[in-house]
Amino acid sequence: METVTITMKNLPALYLEADTITPDSFAGKTAAQIAELPVYEGNVATTLGKYFEINGGAGATAADTKIIVKGDVRKVKYLGFKMSAGEMVIEGSTDLYVGAWMTGGKILAKGNVEGFAATAMKGGELTIEGNAGNYLGAAYRGDWRGMSGGKILVKGNAGSDVGMYMTGGEIVINGNVDVHLMTHAEGGKTIVKGNTQSKLGGQMVDGTIIIYGSIETMTPGFKPNGEVELEVDGVKGKFAHFIGDMGERHKKKKGAVVYANLYKKI
Amino acid sequence: MSEYIIKNGNVFDPVQGIKGDKKDIAIKDGKIVDKVGSGAKVIDASGKTVMAGAVEIHAHIAGPKVNLGRIYRPEDKLFSCTPTKGMERMGGGASIPTTFKTGYEYAKMGYTTAMEAAMPPMFAKHVHEEIRDTPIIDEGAFPVFGNNWFVLEYLKNHEIENTAAYIAWMLRVTKGYAVKVVNPGGTEAWAWGLNCLSVNDPVPYFDITPAEIVKGLIEANEYLGLPHSMHIHPNNLGNPGCYQTTLDTLRLAEGMKANNKFGRESVMHLTHSQFHAYKGTNWGDFESGAKEITDYVNKNKNITIDTGNVTLDETTTMTADGPFEHHLTGLNNLKWANCDVELETAAGVVPYIYSPNISVCAIQWAIGLEIPLMMKDPMRCYITTDHPNAGPFTRYPRVIKWLMSTKARETQINAFKHKDKVLSQTSIGSLDKELSLYELAQMTRAGPAKSLGLGGMCGGLKPGMDADVAVYNFNPDKPVADPEDIEKAFSRCAAVFKSGVQVVSNGEIVSTGNKRTLWVNAKVNDNPQVMRDINEKFLKYYSITQANYEALGHHFVPNPYALEVDATHV
Ligand SMILES: [Zn+2]
Repeated sequence: METVTITMKNLPALYLEADTITPDSFAGKTAAQIAELPVYEGNVATTLGKYFEINGGAGATAADTKIIVKGDVRKVKYLGFKMSAGEMVIEGSTDLYVGAWMTGGKILAKGNVEGFAATAMKGGELTIEGNAGNYLGAAYRGDWRGMSGGKILVKGNAGSDVGMYMTGGEIVINGNVDVHLMTHAEGGKTIVKGNTQSKLGGQMVDGTIIIYGSIETMTPGFKPNGEVELEVDGVKGKFAHFIGDMGERHKKKKGAVVYANLYKKI
Repeated sequence: MSEYIIKNGNVFDPVQGIKGDKKDIAIKDGKIVDKVGSGAKVIDASGKTVMAGAVEIHAHIAGPKVNLGRIYRPEDKLFSCTPTKGMERMGGGASIPTTFKTGYEYAKMGYTTAMEAAMPPMFAKHVHEEIRDTPIIDEGAFPVFGNNWFVLEYLKNHEIENTAAYIAWMLRVTKGYAVKVVNPGGTEAWAWGLNCLSVNDPVPYFDITPAEIVKGLIEANEYLGLPHSMHIHPNNLGNPGCYQTTLDTLRLAEGMKANNKFGRESVMHLTHSQFHAYKGTNWGDFESGAKEITDYVNKNKNITIDTGNVTLDETTTMTADGPFEHHLTGLNNLKWANCDVELETAAGVVPYIYSPNISVCAIQWAIGLEIPLMMKDPMRCYITTDHPNAGPFTRYPRVIKWLMSTKARETQINAFKHKDKVLSQTSIGSLDKELSLYELAQMTRAGPAKSLGLGGMCGGLKPGMDADVAVYNFNPDKPVADPEDIEKAFSRCAAVFKSGVQVVSNGEIVSTGNKRTLWVNAKVNDNPQVMRDINEKFLKYYSITQANYEALGHHFVPNPYALEVDATHV
C-alpha cells in the first residue's frame, strides 16, 4: 500500500468542498497530479494543490492507497466521499459528510466530525475517536435510504438523528446520543453505551436499538415485551425488551408481524 | 432577422411526405421559406438527419404540483446539478428539473414546443410564472375540467352551450390551451373519500357519471371548435384490468366528429395509454392489454393517443388523480403529498422507482413500447413519458433507441431479472418492427402538432411554417453499428432553430430564443347565466375574489400567442 500525505498549508476563506480527497480519485496519480484535482471553495472551482501540500504518491488502485490528512481541516467537507476501498486517516477534526456514500475501505478520524458523516453508507468502516455530529449514518435530506451496510464506531458522543432511515449495518457509540435515534429505520443495529434522550425509534419499522445507559423519555409507540438475555460484543447481560413503533406499518415474515426491537440494559 | 440555409441534410418531413431526401432548408424572418439570398448563413447538414422541431403533447413541467415535487424531493437534485455555463444558468433536478434546465434539455434534444398537461385553474398564475421562466420552447397549458363543479353541474343537465361558455371563460382567464380531463369525477369523489373506477360510477353529491362528463366535454369542445381535442386521463389508471375501463372511455367518442378550422381530425386524445392498458386481475397475473387498446384505436380514426413510456428510472409521480397517488403510496410506502384545489381539482405526488428487477415494472416498460409498435397510423400515436410519471422526458433518446432497434430491446429484455415473465405477459419479444425515421417524425412532430391543432404552424418544414428545425448527428445512409449511437445522436442536436433563431449549436445552448406562451382565445355569444354562476360561486365558495383570479399581463404572460376561435356564429 502506498501512502499520500496531504497537509493543509493555506486555509480556505470559505468552506472547501473536497469530494476528490478519496483513495478512488487519488489512485494511479503522482503528487503533482493529485494537486491538480478539482475542488470548490464556495462557488469557485479551484484545485487541491492551492490548499494542501501533497507528499508521497498513490497506489495503482484505491485499495492500494492510503491517505493521511494533516493540519487544520475543520473547514473541509466530503473527506472520503463515495470511497470504495483503501484507507484514510484524518488527524484533526473535520466538517460535514465524512465518508458519505462510502462503499468500502476504512476511515479513521482522530478528532471530531461534523454532521452527515457516513450519509447513506453502504460498506466499509468509519471510526471516529472524538465526537460525531447530527445525522450520522442517516439518509440525505428528503431521501429514505440511510446507511445500509458497513460499521461505524464513535468513541465520543454523537448528535441527533443518528441512523435515520437506516436499513442495515451497525453503529456503536461509546458515549451519549441526542434525540431521534434510528427514526424511520427499516433495519440495521445501533448500540449506545452511554445515555439517550427522547424519540428513540420514532416511526421505526424494523431493526435494533441497544441502550446501556439511560433513556430520558421512552417513545410512546414502543411497548414492553418482557426481559431477555443478550450477548453483545461477547458479553452477556439482561435487557428489558420493547417492540415498536406501534403507530407505524409493519411487514410480516412467515405470518408473524416484524417489529423494531429496543433493548435497555437492566 | 438572419437568413440561414441548412444544406444537404437527409430531410424527414411527414407534412410534405419527404422521406430522407437530401434537401436544403431555408430560413428567413422566423419562417421556413423556399429560398434565401447568397448571404445566408450556411449550416452543413450533410450526413445528418433534419426534422422539424419536436412537439411535446403531454408533460408536467410547470406549476404547483411540479414545484411541490421539487420542494419535497431535494434528493432528486443531489447528484444532478449543473453549474452556470456560457448562456446557461445553473440547473438541477433529474426527474423534476428546474425551469431553466427544462428549457435547455428540451432544446438540446430538438424539441421546440411543449404542453404542460394539467393546470389547476386557480393556480394558473403559478403555472405561467414557471412557463415564463422556462427558456426557448413555446409552451401551452391545459386547464383541468373533469372534476370542476361548474362542469359537473352543467353537464348533469347536459347544458353544452353553458359548458362551452364556461370553458371559453376559463381558457381566457387562465390563458389555457385545451380541455384536460383527469380521472373524470373520481378526483371530486376523492374529496368524499371515494373514487370512480368505472365510467358509470356516480360522483357523490353531483349525481353524474364519468361517461356523462366525458361525452359532454367532447361535445362542448367541438361546439367551440378548439384547436386540440378533449385530452383525457381516464378512470381506473394503473390497476390490473384497467384496459376495460379505457375501452369503455374510448367508446364514448363513437360517432363524434371533429369540428374546427385547425386541421384536427380527432375528438379524443387518450394520454399515457401505457398506464391504461393493463390486463389481469392482480399484480401476480398482471399482463399487457396493448393489443386490445391499439386494435380499438387503429379502427377508430377520431382518437389520438400518446404512449407514456416507462424508462426504468427513479422518478416522481404527480397527477391530478388524487386517489391514485394515495393508492400508490400504499404500494411503495414512499412519501406522499396531497392537495385539494377548491371547486376545481386536486393533486398528489409520490416518488417511484421503476426497477428492472421488479416484474411489474418490466412489463410496464414492454407495454409502453408495444403500443407504438402496434399502432398502424403513426400520425395518431405520440411518444411521451408522461414526464415525470413514467420517466423523465430527458430519456426520449433512450425510448427512441428501443423503438428503432430490436437489438436494443433484446439487450434490455435480457437484462431483466424476470425476463420470462416479461415475455409471457406481453408480446414485446415477438415484435420485430423497428421505427423508421419518417415514422419517428410522425410520432414526435407532425402527429402531435396536428392533434394540437398546430399542424399549420409547427411540426413540419413546409415553407410558411415556423422555422423550428432540428439537425441530428445521425446518418440514415449508414447502418447502425451500435444502438447506443441512436441514443447518443438524439440526445444532443448538432443544431436547433426555434422560430428562425439558432438556439443550439453542437449540443450547447447558444441563445435563449423568443419563447412564447400559446393559448386559445375562444369567443362565444354573451351568456349572462354563466357569468352570473361564476360571480355567485366566487362570492359563495371560492376563498379568493374573482378580481384576483385571472392570469393577466406581462408578469404572467410576457410573450403571448393566441389562437383565435370564433364560436359566436353557432
Ligand atoms: Zn400526465
